[in-house]
Amino acid sequence: MTDFVAPDVDWAALSPVVIVLIAAVLGVLVEAFVPARVRRTVQLALALVALFGAIIAVAALWNGVEDTGGTVVLGGSLLVDGPTLVLQGTIALLALLALLIIADRTETGEDAFAPNAAAVPGSDYEELARRKGVRQTEIYPLVLFATGGMLIFPATGDLLTLFVALEVLSLPLYLLTGMARRRRLLSQEASMKYFLLGAFSSALLLFGIALVYGYSGSLRYSEIAEATQVPGGLDSLLLVGAVLILSGLLFKVGAVPFHTWTPDVYQGAPTPITGFMAACTKVAAFGALLRIVYTMLPGLAWDIDVVLWTVAILTMVVGTVAALVQTDMKRVLGYSSIAHAGFILTGIIALNESGITAVLFYLLVYGAATIGAFGIVWLVRERAGRADGSDASGPILGEATHLSQWAGLGRTHPLLALTFGLFLLSFAGIPLTAGFAGKFSVFSAAVEGGAWPLALIGVLASSVAVFFYVRIIVLMFFTEPAGVDDEATGVTALAPSAQGFALTGDTAVVVETRSSVTTTVVGTEGLAVVAIAVCAVVTVALGVFPSPVLDLIASVATFLP
Amino acid sequence: MHTLTTLVASLPSESFVPASETVDGGSFVLAPLLIALPLLGAAVLLLAGRRSDRWGHWVGVLASAAAFVVAAIVFVAMLQRPEDARVLDVQLGTWIDAGAFQLDAGLRLDPLSLTFVLLVTFVGTLIHVYAVAYMEHDVDRRRFFAYLNLFVAAMLILVLADSYLLLFVGWEGVGLASYLLIGFWNHNYDYAVAAKKAFVANRIGDLGLIIALGLMFAAFGAVDFGTVLSGEHGSTSQGTMTAIGLMLLLAACGKSAQFPLQSWLGDAMAGPTPVSALIHAATMVTAGVYLIVRSAPLFDAAPTAQLVVVIVGAITLLFGAIVGCAKDDIKKALAASTMSQIGYMILAAGLGPVGYAFAIFHLITHGFFKAGMFLGAGSVMHGMDDQVDMRRFGGLARYMTITWLTFMAGWLAIIGVPPFSGFFSKDKIIEAAFVPVDGSPWRAWVFGGVTLLGAGITAFYMSRLFFMTFEGERRWSTKRDGTAQHPHESPRLMTWPMIVLAAGSIGLGFFLNLGGRFVDWLSPVLGHAEHEEPVLPIWVITVLTLGLVIVGVVIAWRRYAVSQVPVIPPVGTELTRAARVDLYQDSVNDVLLVEPGQALTRSLVYADRTVIDGTVTGVGLSTVLLGGWARRLQTGYVRSYAASMLLGLVVLVVVVLVIQN
Repeated sequence: MTDFVAPDVDWAALSPVVIVLIAAVLGVLVEAFVPARVRRTVQLALALVALFGAIIAVAALWNGVEDTGGTVVLGGSLLVDGPTLVLQGTIALLALLALLIIADRTETGEDAFAPNAAAVPGSDYEELARRKGVRQTEIYPLVLFATGGMLIFPATGDLLTLFVALEVLSLPLYLLTGMARRRRLLSQEASMKYFLLGAFSSALLLFGIALVYGYSGSLRYSEIAEATQVPGGLDSLLLVGAVLILSGLLFKVGAVPFHTWTPDVYQGAPTPITGFMAACTKVAAFGALLRIVYTMLPGLAWDIDVVLWTVAILTMVVGTVAALVQTDMKRVLGYSSIAHAGFILTGIIALNESGITAVLFYLLVYGAATIGAFGIVWLVRERAGRADGSDASGPILGEATHLSQWAGLGRTHPLLALTFGLFLLSFAGIPLTAGFAGKFSVFSAAVEGGAWPLALIGVLASSVAVFFYVRIIVLMFFTEPAGVDDEATGVTALAPSAQGFALTGDTAVVVETRSSVTTTVVGTEGLAVVAIAVCAVVTVALGVFPSPVLDLIASVATFLP
Repeated sequence: MHTLTTLVASLPSESFVPASETVDGGSFVLAPLLIALPLLGAAVLLLAGRRSDRWGHWVGVLASAAAFVVAAIVFVAMLQRPEDARVLDVQLGTWIDAGAFQLDAGLRLDPLSLTFVLLVTFVGTLIHVYAVAYMEHDVDRRRFFAYLNLFVAAMLILVLADSYLLLFVGWEGVGLASYLLIGFWNHNYDYAVAAKKAFVANRIGDLGLIIALGLMFAAFGAVDFGTVLSGEHGSTSQGTMTAIGLMLLLAACGKSAQFPLQSWLGDAMAGPTPVSALIHAATMVTAGVYLIVRSAPLFDAAPTAQLVVVIVGAITLLFGAIVGCAKDDIKKALAASTMSQIGYMILAAGLGPVGYAFAIFHLITHGFFKAGMFLGAGSVMHGMDDQVDMRRFGGLARYMTITWLTFMAGWLAIIGVPPFSGFFSKDKIIEAAFVPVDGSPWRAWVFGGVTLLGAGITAFYMSRLFFMTFEGERRWSTKRDGTAQHPHESPRLMTWPMIVLAAGSIGLGFFLNLGGRFVDWLSPVLGHAEHEEPVLPIWVITVLTLGLVIVGVVIAWRRYAVSQVPVIPPVGTELTRAARVDLYQDSVNDVLLVEPGQALTRSLVYADRTVIDGTVTGVGLSTVLLGGWARRLQTGYVRSYAASMLLGLVVLVVVVLVIQN
């Protein structure tokens, strides 16, 4: 029918994505050709350079986009406009910070990943791999591929590219989730769940895309938006399709009722990956959601509002309320991230320019605090007691994620506890932290957009949420560590996988607080500390002086049609 | 003649407003050092800790003396300037920049503030020296000097501030230092309670200052002297001006122990005697007078507030005098006298332009003679094994000659015998009180009469104090360890400050009054008051005053020097018994304030527990229940997760379709 015309590709505009994806491909080659001894070093350097390059590329594109409003690339498949650049910059920065934590190793040379992810948990083969010091450096290209997908996701201009980007970012994450060094069964179970539910939501998204195509005859956002302006007989086709597409995206951001995977996956995944996932995936998915709501569905705003309002309210309430009753630190943070998804949704519902700015700003501050918080969770470890009962001398075990194990951390490790407290205060939205500036901007955007009931619920939910954040701070600083000196039960060092047990929901996962196991903070090679420090600085700086960044974002907060 | 004076007095007196200029350099740039030096001293002493125990007290003395040297340099430089250019502002930088509220931090150097600076640093340094010997055997001497330095720094902030907010910083600072020093021996429960009482009474006054700050900001949009005291009150209503005046008066009452907030001063004598001399006689307690005189343009615009000031001063003047007659504790008797003398100053300050300069004049002479007498009392206690009961003194003149002579100088000064200092300053206040205000002579008669009466009572109780201590026969108790008393003169480090202060008690009033030079010195700030005729000729007032003073001294001589003073206090008249317990002030406070306050607190706690906590707990419990329900949905099975997603989706789709149709 039509002749194939090779699209005129503006490679410069694509450079952030291209750099990261090329580095990912190179990473695969490194796996094949570089000797095992230096493989980690090379991979790490490659990944760092790629992410850093992506940030620089974003900066280089900035002025042009600020002047022209953005360019359409690949015949409309990708849109490089202001929000795209802000989101890509945020993702690259957060991925860089997350990568530092992912790459870090403890004093004994252990990273967060299984020595050989293919080995059956608890098998002799696994033990052998552990003793040989084997490690899976494939995580670096996997992280880069995921990051590449995330960079594309919010820049897409049509539904097909959207779907491809979704899969590119999701598949590596499914894998990474299953690669935890400790509690491997838990990790693999989480991976499986994530994959199954992710596939389910992808199917919903794809079905939605099909319905919308059926209605409008196009996959391009702008053309669909035009089609929605013309009254047609198949409105219900369009509406159902739109709801399905939204549900696919809401799944990725972890909004109720599509949130059920979040706590389990956050808990099971290796903690550095949880931080990466919680921060970067959310930025990418909200970016895509923002674009679709603002450029593809404005004609349906009246009908879609109901969906978004319902989801936002449910998300804020369920996330907050469920977080109250958790006993596991990673699950608390998981539910808290659900609640935050609700807060961000209020900014999207605002449907105005300050809503775009607010959402983009919120994503940055939330991402920084999240990566920092999960980084600290990764550092807080259990330490086995000696068989003779003398405490704090045995080998370091897995993460001490039960809340009771965090008691008294403020006395033994004041600086670390203080930093964690800072992130919690930022989550809670206490003034002078970035979280406050973020919450203030989304809620004020919502009020400006006429969605004041949402803002009201958001403020109420935030005030309830303060309870469980402050409870952790009280636990760290004002509670004595529980049962340190109880009778030793003689539990000695455990094999990495021996602690994996079936995950059957919140109640089942009770980390036994063995009386001989104490809580400590593991020493590392220092990468994680750097990342956490940067996150803390960002959290304070954006809390005290939010306006320069807000102004910067606001200057480009316009979508290309 | 009478009509004429009435006419003159009733002319609306134009409020005087000093024009200030920003400091251009010279010695005045040293001014921040005045505050920095003692602050540094306090910091060094507090931070160095026990390591500085051996030499710390000399650091304290040095810091205070250095501040005095700076003050003297600035003073000399000020004298060299023409009289109409003696109000200077030293800018320190922007302090607060919050939207509509902008405030620079700066120091106001003018004759009024410099007068205080000289008084505080000079008397302060003397008392520092005295305390080196007085506190010699105290293990915490270094901490004591740290607090003293802190006090000096805070007091200098208070008097040098160029805005009410910075003044408030110093105001709180001296309150804190006073609290720390009253409770310096806080291992004694009663002393700790006394410190707390002083703090709470001061807080009530502070509240007044805070409210005044708020009112000023609301009325003028600023709290710096330049704006507030500009004399241009434009649209500000009389009511607002009166309210500001009354709130400032409340603040002054708290700090200066004026009725009805006077009850703390007697108990504040729990502090070491140098503290009583410096803080609770010479300087801090006079801050209220400073506040009122500094705010002169505000009070000039609020005659009602001025009248209240005069009334408060008159009441306190008599109150303190009556209480002073009955106290047997030498320090408490002196404290009552301080209260009464500050009553004089407050009264003078309330009289308006005719009284401002005399209030400050009396403040300065009082600073010398009262500090001198407190140091004398400390010297007596030093020689008498910390005995404070005057009924156990007597005949000490022979044993401690220097203390006796210096105390005598202070005694003659306070009762107003010419040519001692107090005569000049107090006589001026009495004369000013007899000047009719607004053409109504009744005020002149009432307030003039009160000051006259007060002078007589002062002569009686101060003579009583002096005779019971130094004259008459010995009524000494044994020491605390059971041995006999051996009164002795104090070491030179203690006597020299007393001698210097005694010299001030003798000659300072005459010197400053010569040719009205003190009043002229203050005129760049306070303006020239029109000379107005009192209702009585001046010589009649002076003769009357001296007559009453002689009567008071004679009565005291007959009762406490010639006749025998019982060691056990006699039952006394109804008035004596009342005066011994501060005219039931504590009981009144208990019934009117403490008990309702406690009842209110108890009911608030009850309401907090049942209503607030109940609500919070209820909300919390129901939230946790909800959370438990949400948790049960989180089964861990993928199938149920997928089902819940699908269910949610279907519901959403149905809702959308229903709404759309």
